[in-house]
Amino acid sequence: MAQANSNKTNSTQKRFFLGIFLIPFLALLTALVAGAVVMLAFRDDPILAYQGLFQGAFGSGRAWSVTIRKMIPFILTGLSVAVAFKAGLFNIGASGQFVIGSVCSVAIGIHFEGLPMIIHLPLAILSGMLGGMIWGAIPGLLKVTTGAHEVIVTIMMNYLASLFAGWTVYAGGTQGQTPGPLWDRTARAISETSDVFESAQIPWLFGPPYRVHYGVFLALIAVVVVWWLIYKTTIGFEIRTVGQNPKAARYAGIRVEKTVVLTMCLAGALAGLAGTIEALGLNHKFAPEFGGQVGFDGITVALLGQTHPFGVVIASFLFGALDAGAAKMQFESGVAADIIQVIQALVLAFVAAPLIIKALFRLRSSGDEKHATKLNTSWGGS
Amino acid sequence: MTFWSRTAKISVSLALIMMVMAILVEITPLGENPWMRVFFGVSALNFTLRAAIPLVLGALSGILCERSGIINIGIEGMMLAGAFAGFVAKSSTNDWPLYASLLFSVLVALGVGGLMGLLHGLFSIRFRMDQIISGTVIIILAAGLSSYLYDRDAISAGKFTPIPIPLLSEIPLIGPVIFNNAPITYVALLLVLVVHIAIFHTRWGLRTRAVGEHPRAADTEGINVNRQRYFNTMLGGMLAGLAGGFLVLEAVGQFQEGMTAGRGFISLAAMIFGNWTPFGALGAATLFGYTQALQNEFLLAGVTTIPRQFVSMLPYIVTIVAVSGLVGRVRPPAAIGKSYDTEGNK
Repeated sequence: MAQANSNKTNSTQKRFFLGIFLIPFLALLTALVAGAVVMLAFRDDPILAYQGLFQGAFGSGRAWSVTIRKMIPFILTGLSVAVAFKAGLFNIGASGQFVIGSVCSVAIGIHFEGLPMIIHLPLAILSGMLGGMIWGAIPGLLKVTTGAHEVIVTIMMNYLASLFAGWTVYAGGTQGQTPGPLWDRTARAISETSDVFESAQIPWLFGPPYRVHYGVFLALIAVVVVWWLIYKTTIGFEIRTVGQNPKAARYAGIRVEKTVVLTMCLAGALAGLAGTIEALGLNHKFAPEFGGQVGFDGITVALLGQTHPFGVVIASFLFGALDAGAAKMQFESGVAADIIQVIQALVLAFVAAPLIIKALFRLRSSGDEKHATKLNTSWGGS
Repeated sequence: MTFWSRTAKISVSLALIMMVMAILVEITPLGENPWMRVFFGVSALNFTLRAAIPLVLGALSGILCERSGIINIGIEGMMLAGAFAGFVAKSSTNDWPLYASLLFSVLVALGVGGLMGLLHGLFSIRFRMDQIISGTVIIILAAGLSSYLYDRDAISAGKFTPIPIPLLSEIPLIGPVIFNNAPITYVALLLVLVVHIAIFHTRWGLRTRAVGEHPRAADTEGINVNRQRYFNTMLGGMLAGLAGGFLVLEAVGQFQEGMTAGRGFISLAAMIFGNWTPFGALGAATLFGYTQALQNEFLLAGVTTIPRQFVSMLPYIVTIVAVSGLVGRVRPPAAIGKSYDTEGNK
């Protein structure tokens, strides 16, 4: 005890190390082991599976390119959830904001033929971010005006988003229903848009076998901007204060309502940007089957990254690798790719409850379990 | 006061209006108008009840957990786990007599739901995980495991069929809608009453509420706070599992990946809308069920050229309106979401 007292900076550094690196690393390790146990229990071969997973993620230059490309949406949806966490809000709506972002950016991308890229592409990207922002702002506004809890509203907004997006590419009904405004007539019965014009596509970084586009830089810029915003600006300070103690924040003269809405706008814009980049960089069109799950994964990524923007990048790298390797794993070992989702859930569990990891590895408790992410857990009654 | 919460009043009056309208549609020329049939036809009522049952069970699950101070947003996952477990049990006992196999599957669904509840309890009580995150873990885990383990060739043969209750099912209109249903539906409706009595009129219920409102005081009175919470979370998990069992063993007869399709979340809204009371939840679930029925009827009747996506938005919009505007101020249990340590344990 005396030693800890005399060496206080050292111990906080140690705690920081424990929180940012050791716990997430051990959590991932434990989750992989637990996943192996599950596979063994159902007569799958975990060694073969993990070999395939590793090869699919890092086995070749092409594998690396897929891993890096898959990181992009995780980074942005992870940031979206992380920013909301900072203000004590739980944004389960990233997948809806993602879908709306895709739709809005594609809506600009398939129109305005002949516009120069320098105008067309930014316009499409801004449109996608704006769409996501509006989708995120609605739960925020409802929360501060009526007390509706953002968890339920964002989930409902997810369903509304996918229905709305489905309608925009709706091929029309048999009872005279008009087709959706973005539906590609040449696709006949298939619900999808036509391809966005080249002037609105995010260009590829390298030639054909490597499928990485410039979106990766957009994502990294977003990381730095969010880090600066959260830790270096007054708005960021207000967001963090509201997250830690809304009552104290109000007492200190921070307009909590404004901060909540602003945070949800920011979160929505980030998830919208994720959808935008996927649509303009990879798919080059919108169809209802694009997107969805990645918003939910954003929750796990944000928590695995300890809600820190740089942590989110590391977590996204891991998730990108898991995602990139999953197909190869299923192909090589016959283990259903769904096991990845199980592993991700376990990672989330172990990261969110450091006590489990500490108990497993007999780490000395830092006596500060408040370190784990806490949300504003009232249902909004008061 | 608790019994006649405002939501319960609103819902009961809505139900009465619907019944009266249904009778009018059935016996007067009003029924010739297709819109009237869409809104108040017998099939709309039937569908309402069928859609409301999993929501009621889910909401009761939420009430049991949250009254003791544990937030349960994992209902969706517990439901899915129950549905999957019920399906696995049913498809591997297809050669048993139908009812034995069905009952066995219901028990398995209950058990697995209970286990998921226990896991939620362990995470949030023993390991002090944030309860909302713990619920999210349950949801992702259930989705992942059920997809990973799902054998697409497995078939569950047979499901629960309606058992008309003698005499009561003879009542015109009301009889066929309410008194001619399959067993889990009756059980669910009965459970509303049981949970109501248990929470408001038994020692267990008093303890549950004490633990959820003021755990320190309850502890001082000698109630084991965390044991009560474990117990309630497990019970809640079982009810959510039963809701999943209903989907597979009574409503659909098969399992589909992600078949709960947001019902767990809507039941959460029903619980809040019903102000954490069983009858309030029943009313809210009926309302949400009715919006789903309307959506269905609209599409079947073909009375409108509105694209189906907008019609399908109805239940979700009603849910948002319900949790934001219509309810006014609801009051959740005071100690909700906070883990509890006894003084000595700090």
